[in-house]
Amino acid sequence: MKFNKLVTAAALAVNAFLLPATQAADDPLKVGFVYVGPVGDHGWSYEHDQGRLELEKHFDGKVETTYVENVPEGADAERVITQLAKSGHDVIFTTSFGFMNPTIKVAKRFPKVHFENATGYKRGKNVGTYLLSTYQGRYVSGVAAGMETESNVLGYIASFPIPEVIRDINAVYLGAKSVNPDIKMKIVWVSTWYDPGKEADAANALMDQGADVIIQHTDSPAPLIAAEKRGKMGIGQASDMSHFAPNAHMFSVRDHWGPYYIDTVQKIMDNTWKPEDYWGGFKEEILQIVSVNPNLSDEIKTAISETEAKIKSGEFHPFTGPMNDNQGNEVIPAGKTLTDEELAGVMWYVEGIDAKIPQ
Amino acid sequence: MLSVQPRIESAKLMAWLSPFIAIALTMLASSLMFVLLEVSPIKAFEVFVIMPLSDSYNIGELMVKAAPLMLCATGLAICFRANIWNIGAEGQLLIGAVVSSYFAIQAGEDAGIGMITLILMSGVISGALWAAIPTALDRFFKTNIILSTIMLNYIGLYTLLWAVHGPLADPQGFGFPESAMFADAILLPLIQEEGRASISIVIAVVIAIITGITLFKTLPGFIVRVYGEDKAAARYAGFSSNKVVWGVMLFAGALAGFAGAAEVTGPIGQLIPSVSPGYGYAAIIVAYLGRLNPFGIIISALFMGCLYMGSDLAQIELGLPTAITGLFQGILLFFMLACDFLINYKVSFKSKALPEKPVLPSSADSELVTNSDSNK
Repeated sequence: MKFNKLVTAAALAVNAFLLPATQAADDPLKVGFVYVGPVGDHGWSYEHDQGRLELEKHFDGKVETTYVENVPEGADAERVITQLAKSGHDVIFTTSFGFMNPTIKVAKRFPKVHFENATGYKRGKNVGTYLLSTYQGRYVSGVAAGMETESNVLGYIASFPIPEVIRDINAVYLGAKSVNPDIKMKIVWVSTWYDPGKEADAANALMDQGADVIIQHTDSPAPLIAAEKRGKMGIGQASDMSHFAPNAHMFSVRDHWGPYYIDTVQKIMDNTWKPEDYWGGFKEEILQIVSVNPNLSDEIKTAISETEAKIKSGEFHPFTGPMNDNQGNEVIPAGKTLTDEELAGVMWYVEGIDAKIPQ
Repeated sequence: MLSVQPRIESAKLMAWLSPFIAIALTMLASSLMFVLLEVSPIKAFEVFVIMPLSDSYNIGELMVKAAPLMLCATGLAICFRANIWNIGAEGQLLIGAVVSSYFAIQAGEDAGIGMITLILMSGVISGALWAAIPTALDRFFKTNIILSTIMLNYIGLYTLLWAVHGPLADPQGFGFPESAMFADAILLPLIQEEGRASISIVIAVVIAIITGITLFKTLPGFIVRVYGEDKAAARYAGFSSNKVVWGVMLFAGALAGFAGAAEVTGPIGQLIPSVSPGYGYAAIIVAYLGRLNPFGIIISALFMGCLYMGSDLAQIELGLPTAITGLFQGILLFFMLACDFLINYKVSFKSKALPEKPVLPSSADSELVTNSDSNK
């Protein structure tokens, strides 16, 4: 193709000026991060960036990092990932589900680069996936909220009807039910991961319906702030949100990616990295309960730390049979615990949740 | 008090030079910003201006980015020329993407050119039909087209979200909101070996050129321009206002719908919630930067594409956050608009004796007097 030749010739000419130096062998390992939100979202992308900084600090000079924030999950993602791969990054973390297919596509063209996609389910020769066992934090949230509530109604702000969210709704309900048999849960779907306005509206709608503890599956502090204004309670998501709502904030379930990033990069340096489906929770300290509000009753505080410890040690698993879905079908037989693989496909509500999964 | 008045003779030469003056002023102003950020301005300009053109992959990506902007902006420019404020390109694009995806997910690897044509045409027709709604509301009920097109953008977006969560979702997709990947056989043919630029950029350029010729050299184009300049004159000349409004709206809708179809069957390859990062809105800026001239739009779409790409590259190469890129782009657009404004209008401190009013064809609002408190 003529056009291509022309372009290539022009490119070579320009490249001669732009790329004078080639990489030396002892250059630092270059690690790239692609964020779906701004670094300052105080939630999902913020915590990934904290992980990046931890990684940089840990390897002190041996690792060089780059990030691209606010990357739309459309046609642009593939370009950004390609540009990171082209500019000599050895490892690229793409931190959103919407980057899954672009990551897979780019990975095929750059077989020597290592790719890791957060929350996706497609893997390849050089693509691994990683995920938080958020249901563990949700179960603890359910226990605490079930004890704290006076109206016996919990409000859940849900983002999208994907297994992660459905699983976590179940986990909150199971936790709450274990301490409060009268518990009811209201769910509002907001179709966004980050939209402070919508999230606040959802929180207010839930409180109007009698909910007095708000649990959010979205990333902004807006629901907590809304709860603070009306004297209700809430639980922080993804990062420590205590300073946004000193009274309403019960605790935050923090995503703590640093150890995972350090471990993965170490494996790549040692040549022992393999594409896996990684799930990290309390045990791996990828998920943490932080900033428990000192004003909570001692009973609740103890329940929080005991539940966390039991899940951490593996003594207890929230998804243990026998368990029925809310249609009356048995989904987990007695004595069985769901594996990570099975948890990835949870698309049912547990018995007792009076709602339908939106289609 | 500041007084702003149209210049009696607008300088032709200056009108052509204006973008270059704007670029020079941007370089000066943003150099200061980059120096304050301890980034070499030369390196920064290299990243923003030269790197998007530095190799065949980047040039291809530039075309990927420019194609939907060019298509939407060409349609919008014709509407704006006719004084019809269609802000609905975004919704028309999204509907084009949804409807064409409906056909695309049914195609297998044995699909041929007929299927590709069907998919693209479904995008074109659905985009035009989506634009027909506000047009009909305007023609029959005199609703405001600005408002109805904006509102239909939201309905278009929610239609997309519904489709991608429900009927068009990948059955093997674990409930994630996206369709299955389309068969390779129905993806748009590429025009480069390494990269993603497809025939959609070629089609966009050809359409822009044909539209330009039609607008300036043919009777329908003349009618549209007369209608936009002076409705009364158009009516007096016997031009049908229905034909103009329906014509430009359906045309714009069809182009935006095509852009949507070309996104999902082109660089994306599936239906996802974020098909468009706001192409339909950015196209408004592109249309104006191109001076509502389809030939100018070819350049301005490529230029905007370049700015978007510079944004990613600045983060990767210079470690600048997106906010800085936003500032840089804002400075540039500001100078572009300011230069245009100052070439067409004269700003002076108002003295007691009013200068003579220039006589202009659309003289109703020829004198804009602004009360500038900041000036005290």
